Amino acid sequence: LSQTVEHGFPHQPSALGYSPFLRLMAIGTRSGAIKLYGAPGVEFMGLHEENNTVMQIHFIPDQCQLVTLLDDNSLHLWSLKQHGGASELREEHRFTLKGPPGSPPSATQITAVLPHSSREVLYLGTESGNIFVVEVPSLRVLEERSIPSEAVLQQVPEDNCNRRACELVEALREHPKNPDQILIGYSRGLIVLWDLQNNKVTHHFLGSQQLENLYWQRDGSKFISCHYDGSYTQWPVSSDNRQPEPLENTVPYGPFPCKAISKIYWQTTKNGLPYIIFQGGMPRASYGDRHSISVIHGSQQTAFDFTSRVIDFFLIFSSGPAAEFDDPSAMVVLAEEELVVIDLKTAGWPAVHPPYLASLHCSAITCSHHVSNIPLKLWERIISAGSKQNIHYSSMPWPIDGGTNIAPDPPQRDLLLTGHEDGTVRFWDASGVCLHLLYKLSTVRVFLTDADPNDNMNTLGEDEWPPLRKVGTFDPYSDDPRLGIQKIYLCKYSGYLAVAGTAGQVLVMELNDEDAEHVVDHAEADLLQDQEGYRWKGHEKLKTRDGPVRFEAGFQPFVLVQCQPPAVVTSLALHSEWKLVAFGTSHGFGLFDHQQKRLVFVKCTLHPSDQLALEGPLSRVKSLKKSLRQSFRRIRRSRVSSRKRRGGGNASEVQEANAKFDQDALQEMELAPVQRKIEARSAEDSFTGFVRTLYFADTFLRDSSRHCPSLWAGTNGGTVYAFCLRVPPAERRMDEPVRAEQAKEIQLMHRAPVVGILVLDGRSTPLPEPLEVAHDLSKSPDMQGSHQLLVVSEEQFKVFTLPKVSSKLKLKLTALEGCRVRKVTVANFGSCKTDDYSENDLAVLTNLGDIQIISLPFLKLQIRYPCIRKEDVSGIASCVFTKYGQGFYLISPSEFERFSLSTKWLVEPRCIVDVPEVTSNNHVHNKSGVENAARKSSSGDYGEDERKSGRLMEHALLNDEKVLKEIQSTLEGGR
Amino acid sequence: QFGAEFRRFSLDRYKPGKFEDFYKLILHIHHIANLEVMIGYADVHGDLLPINNDDNFFKAVSSAHPLLRVFIQRQDEVDYSNFGTNTLSRKKKALVTLRNDNLRRRPHINISMPHDFRPVSSIIDVDILPETHRRVRLYRHGCEKPLGFYIRDGTSVRVTPHGLEKVPGIFISRMVPGGLAESTGLLAVNDEVLEVNGIEVAGKTLDQVTDMMIANSHNLIITVKPANQRNNIIRSSRMSGSSGQSTDSTASHHSLPTSHVLQNFHPDEMESDEEADIVIEGGLEPQHIPKLHSLTSSSLSRINGSSLSHRLQRDLVLNNSSGRESNGNIHKLLSSLKTDPRHSLVIPRGGIEEDGTVITL
Repeated sequence: LSQTVEHGFPHQPSALGYSPFLRLMAIGTRSGAIKLYGAPGVEFMGLHEENNTVMQIHFIPDQCQLVTLLDDNSLHLWSLKQHGGASELREEHRFTLKGPPGSPPSATQITAVLPHSSREVLYLGTESGNIFVVEVPSLRVLEERSIPSEAVLQQVPEDNCNRRACELVEALREHPKNPDQILIGYSRGLIVLWDLQNNKVTHHFLGSQQLENLYWQRDGSKFISCHYDGSYTQWPVSSDNRQPEPLENTVPYGPFPCKAISKIYWQTTKNGLPYIIFQGGMPRASYGDRHSISVIHGSQQTAFDFTSRVIDFFLIFSSGPAAEFDDPSAMVVLAEEELVVIDLKTAGWPAVHPPYLASLHCSAITCSHHVSNIPLKLWERIISAGSKQNIHYSSMPWPIDGGTNIAPDPPQRDLLLTGHEDGTVRFWDASGVCLHLLYKLSTVRVFLTDADPNDNMNTLGEDEWPPLRKVGTFDPYSDDPRLGIQKIYLCKYSGYLAVAGTAGQVLVMELNDEDAEHVVDHAEADLLQDQEGYRWKGHEKLKTRDGPVRFEAGFQPFVLVQCQPPAVVTSLALHSEWKLVAFGTSHGFGLFDHQQKRLVFVKCTLHPSDQLALEGPLSRVKSLKKSLRQSFRRIRRSRVSSRKRRGGGNASEVQEANAKFDQDALQEMELAPVQRKIEARSAEDSFTGFVRTLYFADTFLRDSSRHCPSLWAGTNGGTVYAFCLRVPPAERRMDEPVRAEQAKEIQLMHRAPVVGILVLDGRSTPLPEPLEVAHDLSKSPDMQGSHQLLVVSEEQFKVFTLPKVSSKLKLKLTALEGCRVRKVTVANFGSCKTDDYSENDLAVLTNLGDIQIISLPFLKLQIRYPCIRKEDVSGIASCVFTKYGQGFYLISPSEFERFSLSTKWLVEPRCIVDVPEVTSNNHVHNKSGVENAARKSSSGDYGEDERKSGRLMEHALLNDEKVLKEIQSTLEGGR
Repeated sequence: QFGAEFRRFSLDRYKPGKFEDFYKLILHIHHIANLEVMIGYADVHGDLLPINNDDNFFKAVSSAHPLLRVFIQRQDEVDYSNFGTNTLSRKKKALVTLRNDNLRRRPHINISMPHDFRPVSSIIDVDILPETHRRVRLYRHGCEKPLGFYIRDGTSVRVTPHGLEKVPGIFISRMVPGGLAESTGLLAVNDEVLEVNGIEVAGKTLDQVTDMMIANSHNLIITVKPANQRNNIIRSSRMSGSSGQSTDSTASHHSLPTSHVLQNFHPDEMESDEEADIVIEGGLEPQHIPKLHSLTSSSLSRINGSSLSHRLQRDLVLNNSSGRESNGNIHKLLSSLKTDPRHSLVIPRGGIEEDGTVITL
């Protein structure tokens, strides 16, 4: 087992860094991880042993090195080194600044870090106002070179400041033209320009406001300071005035009190109009809660309004370091929940669609589904549907393009589908290292929700001030939790997609390349069949829209099956060849013919003694989650909508009941020691009717001479139902109804929940997927030999003969190991040595978080790996296996970890970051390392780019003497 | 009249017939048709043994030489202690007791005949276990009582090559009053659980052990180190000890009266869960509802839980899948293949309410 790569957006990012030299971006997190990103596919990850929050990240200029500052005040030096043909990120040194004995910790608490362009030293500003100098890469303090605050104070006229003026170094900035001068900003407002050669203050600037940050203009003639009161100030630097007055002092969102401007850029352009870009500064009273970055360019001004707190941002210049102007091309903003890149070159400043770091959790993930080996046709159609949704994105190529991806092209096209709480399904390209959003499907249009489409924070008029513009996609607040997607099933051959949700809705969709307006057929499946005495106290079903609905190109629903009662759909299966969809809830299951749009049958699985179960412990667990969600929505309501919501009496009752449950639960927790009840499972246990799995198979259900289509269902109470189906032949498919008859009912004696059902053919191979044989992608199943039925419960694996259903083999898991099956799938393992050998095994994830491989059909445990921490319940619940022995699970709400059990299929980042030869002149360097970012993307999204960068690559290779020499030497060696 | 009534009658030694018929015959001969009586006989050793089923009836008849002495007693006056071994020496006395039933010194606790017993628990493997340990088997099958105990984490002290060492262990934390575990008297709070069905629990978490116990609950065998070591088995041979191998066949002598000892426990018995899963086959044609007969109550309850109407209204063919001898009467019932569960599900009015919360597993 190897855990290969983390997809998605890092959980709780805390720091951002960028190297214009390497064109790599670094993100640090609160758990001490550091992740580097360049061109798509170029990724590195490191983890600080301390697991402390990363506070700051600074690249050493023109080096493959960076330093990180953690919240325990330790400095860490990391470097990218080539090893075995690929670059690796390694921690080289660590260092904690120590003051003289007896000094307070604040004396050495680092607040600002300046890696000097000489690449030899770091300047460290501290809380005490002193500045320490450490050597790179040894991280040794050079005491003789430190700049104590006393030395600075002596040289500042005493009437202008008191002793406290030098508390806390807020910013350290090197002069852009003269590496011997650094600008020191103290938090009380004093700014001095310090000459490193002569150890003296050449200029001092007296700001009246508490300082937040500093920024040099490119030519070094001016700098700009930003302040706590929301103002920024320009200061001239010239040789004739040692104590200049500010040129300009502005409060951009005044005159009322404003929030601090915490970071500012002043960018020059060829056309003369500068870009002024700053973070914060919003009017305190009315917009103090916004997370904004404002961009001012001439008369254009936009305050980008982010969905979460801005951690940090940086600009990317299209010009080289030696150019006369900055000419910013893009702004990269790291917010707490997503990465946003703004194209500053294109009018309107559109956002750039990131190829990685996708915010998987922009609405909470409720389920996931993986489909391997997508046919090219379907792949292209999904991409084309997705590209129509992305027209508002900039066409700019991804600006962070350092490093070279040398990983082999992914062997096949894989889709990962994630269902979300807001009723959307996102289609991700999961073929390679970059999990990339291809297409987003929303089921919301089918329903009438009380979310007002005009209830949009973006709809601000032309003359609104400040000119806020919402950017980003993170929106965790669902308007209606009933919209949540619970189950997804995609047939990759036919393009049929079935999606089922929280309120018992099952939608069957078809891929349409054009947008269209049509009516969605509607059917009800009453799983209780008007049971008397049964009262559903849960949510109502979703209201549907009457009349035709307009759907955009992509997957368009054509039929909606509504389960009654509208309980969450717990299992779903689609058979695209028979045109049938099966669905199950905690009450029963049903079969729907989506060709004739007719309900074939329903089967109630409720047990009469389930009464207690229905309000059993599960609902208690759930209600806690529910109340959490409710409080979230309360926050949103207070934040967003001023519309009144009518709170029904029912809702308040529910809340009351929840409160009571929570209280009970708390009490129970407090009183009882950690102990577990030992009790046999009985038929009266809770939720026995809960349908856990549904499976279609063409097999021998009745007798061993005739096989027929069948539907299998497994429940939480260890019951398996088998229905014999009669599907009319294709030519009469519309004329004759599909018929179903119950053929078998199997009650497992151990009564554990059935989590998987599988039929093995005469060669003991699992039956192929529908249409797989029709597309020549699978051998047709062996219908000569006798079939076997594999029933996987949480506790046992059992093989039965068919059609007689007598027990043949079993593997008891729980009775021996105490672990339970959480996820199970058939995985095909290819040999990494020969192409023609592969075998099918069961990949099993248990509640202890370990993964076991169990052979088919003999049920022998082959191997076991620990994978997920057993405490990580949501990680275990989120796990999906692929058909070829890989898998994904959530390590945080926003990140999937990819793992591989297969020796053959391994998707992991493999990339090179070149170390360009650095000449003595800092500002001139070999640019080949920067630009040879050859993109290898299977998606074809970057087609044009690929060609361009491909050429660049060629160019770079031919121009690089080292590479040529290497090629030569290999050629010679070959001879 | 019970004081002394003697009858003599004959039976076919080789075809004695059924116990039921014999019982009726006895009642008829003595004109006591509406009395509950207990029938006993004196075997070759003179022991008084009961006749209460076909087997022991057959045994009694075949062992008669040539006369079979049969004792009939009113059910509620039976002194059960008279049955079994050593009644030889007390036979006379027993007969006296029969005649003078009013003179019984103390009222006996009225427990039913072994015929009505089901084993609920046993101590097993006494010969191979160290004396400080106890292996208890709980027979959950066919018993309506809950298992009824709780386990918790704790620490125990082990002797290791490095001296005493504290190691985590699993302990019984609570007994449910009236539960099976409590009623056996073999398990107690603070007993350390060492093994579950032969698998050591060392290194396993509380939840794992819980799941193991539940998965084995129908035939749970737990090895414990009792907190109270005073009730341990005392062996006459000291050979056992740490080797765990005892050749002492008299080791079954112990001081716990409510349990019986099962030596040389057969591994097949452990697998009592090899009982087959129940497979119900739906007929092709809807069938008329046949009469329900000779379905054992236990299998019925397994299929259908409690609702009789539920099972009556479906046609089902009950088949034993493991090839265990199929009961001559094929249990045809249920499932008329109607997909309409209205008939199959009767829920009491106002019975079920659901608050419809979402469960994601």
